[in-house]
Amino acid sequence: MELANLFVKSIFIENMIFAYFLGMCSYLAVSKTVKTGVGLGAAVIFVLTITLPINFLLDKYILKPGALGTWLGSEYADVDLSFLSFILFIAVIASMVQLVEMIVERFAPALYSALGIFLPLIAVNCAILGGSLFMQQRDFSSITEATVYGFGSGIGWLLAIVAIAAIREKIAYSNVPAPLKGLGITFIITGLMAIGFMSFMGIKL
Amino acid sequence: MDRNSNAYTFIFAVALVVLVAAVLAFTATSLKPLQDNNVRNEKMQNILTTLNITSEKSEIESTFNLYIKKQITLKSDGTIDDNTNAFTIDLKKEIKKPIKEQRFPLYVAEKDGKTFYIVPLFGAGLWDAIWGYIALEEDKNTVIGAVFDHKGETPGLGAEINQKWFGDMFIGKKILKDANLGFTSDGNFVSVAVVKGGTPDDNLHGVDGISGGTITSDAVSKMIQERISNYLPYFQNN
Amino acid sequence: MSDKEGLFSKKNLQLLKDPLDDNNPISVQVLGICSALAITVKLEPAIVMSISVLFVLVASNVIVSLLRNMIPNRIRIIVQLVIVAALVILVDQVLKAYAYDVSKQLSVFVGLIITNCIVMGRLEAFALANGPWKAFLDGVGNSAGYAFILVLVAFFRELLGSGKLYGIQIIPQSFYDFGYQNNGLMLLSPMALIVVGLIIWAQRARNKKLIEK
Repeated sequence: MELANLFVKSIFIENMIFAYFLGMCSYLAVSKTVKTGVGLGAAVIFVLTITLPINFLLDKYILKPGALGTWLGSEYADVDLSFLSFILFIAVIASMVQLVEMIVERFAPALYSALGIFLPLIAVNCAILGGSLFMQQRDFSSITEATVYGFGSGIGWLLAIVAIAAIREKIAYSNVPAPLKGLGITFIITGLMAIGFMSFMGIKL
Repeated sequence: MDRNSNAYTFIFAVALVVLVAAVLAFTATSLKPLQDNNVRNEKMQNILTTLNITSEKSEIESTFNLYIKKQITLKSDGTIDDNTNAFTIDLKKEIKKPIKEQRFPLYVAEKDGKTFYIVPLFGAGLWDAIWGYIALEEDKNTVIGAVFDHKGETPGLGAEINQKWFGDMFIGKKILKDANLGFTSDGNFVSVAVVKGGTPDDNLHGVDGISGGTITSDAVSKMIQERISNYLPYFQNN
Repeated sequence: MSDKEGLFSKKNLQLLKDPLDDNNPISVQVLGICSALAITVKLEPAIVMSISVLFVLVASNVIVSLLRNMIPNRIRIIVQLVIVAALVILVDQVLKAYAYDVSKQLSVFVGLIITNCIVMGRLEAFALANGPWKAFLDGVGNSAGYAFILVLVAFFRELLGSGKLYGIQIIPQSFYDFGYQNNGLMLLSPMALIVVGLIIWAQRARNKKLIEK
């Protein structure tokens, strides 16, 4: 139940885009058509679901104050490596992206040609690092929670980019004031969608 | 040396990592005492705020020691655990343990010749953690002050709980239905609730909720009720 | 940097000026919005954020530019990420030690400077190909462009949302007595997007060559 709650929360209420603006750069750049939007969204889900559990273990057994003491003996109990979080998280993300890219290329060429160009973009997608940082901040109690959170956040991100891409495909035919065309109107629509998403607030299963 | 050779790449990577690690480790260790001090100072200031005492950052430690006479760690049955330092208890971790193993910090303050009891609070808000401190008068029944804070409640709505006016509404409220009945008799402990839609001023057990911040308000009520209930056995016996 | 060129030649000044308007990283190049908007409810965190980005961007630009002939091509991205991440950790540690209150408000968003696309974008597009002085100017220019939008958004959100600027009450009490109300909507995150949209509108209405077809 807790997990289902977390899942729904991470998709709708704490949506990476609408609540925290994470991953906006690629969200704005790659949302011109639904097809590319789905591709990037799938890649985000993929990478978030893989990196969050890894970073969770990293945080739990290495980075947290006193974490080393739990398995290296009590003389390490005072070591606090939490200042290294950023650098280790981003290193894990970058190498995972690279690894995933190689594996997908080798074993699923069809998927690779669909996701290929998006994967390198993902290492610098704020939603991925943001996922890990939020995970650390919220102090999840188990690796399952972290994974579910990662998967849910990814789905929320996909949902957001597909929705905006669909709207942008339509709005191309509308008579938007010239200075507002493209970027401007996309920002405003995203804002309005975010207000819409706020109505999910407080939902508990 | 060839910039694309494996050996060069490897040496470069190692050199970079060593350099970066050294710089970071040095900064982190040299700034650590300052950072820890910030966290301590904030906690002390929050505790003192419930008694309406403010202090310069540099003097906070001495002010704290001046007013806070005792820091007690309680077990769930109300007995005192002498082996744990109350100030270092991290409620966030504590709250996850089974109730029998939890320890409850209590700060006993003296101001103008009167004794006050300050209970730390911690709970879950709408989005993330909320916490605070509530101070009771000598009768352990009347609220003398309260402060709240939150990690990420909705700005302008639930986030308002960290404003002074919100905490001030609790002043003068009572946690017991009948002061003569004692703390552990059934149904006598009613706590102070945040009431949606407002409540008359003479309601001794309720304060006005924040419009649009109902879930956060309810979370505050629940947190106060849940945390104080753990101190009742001690209040009854002392 | 060529010797014939002065330190503040026209071309170099252009590096500073361009990102403020014609080539603004946020409103034209659409970079670095991620970490920016969530912290624009008030001016203070927005300004601290801008300074942090200024430091990280300028320092990483100069460092990468100095190392540009040494960095092995194959691990280029990782090397850049490590340099940026290290600088961000420095900023985070210093904020926690000397500006604790603000660092609490910024929370995870300091860490997200690492993935701020402006930083990586400038490193890839500029620092790897230019000398340190030019990279320095480019860093200053781009972070100023970023700061400009950030502060502008925060200005409107704090003024209209809480009637304050930098935590100081600006809207006088007499307005409230007349029935003026703070616009609570401005404090909610979606309004940041809408304000940016409006800023882009204003900028493009003035600067016609930026209009998209």
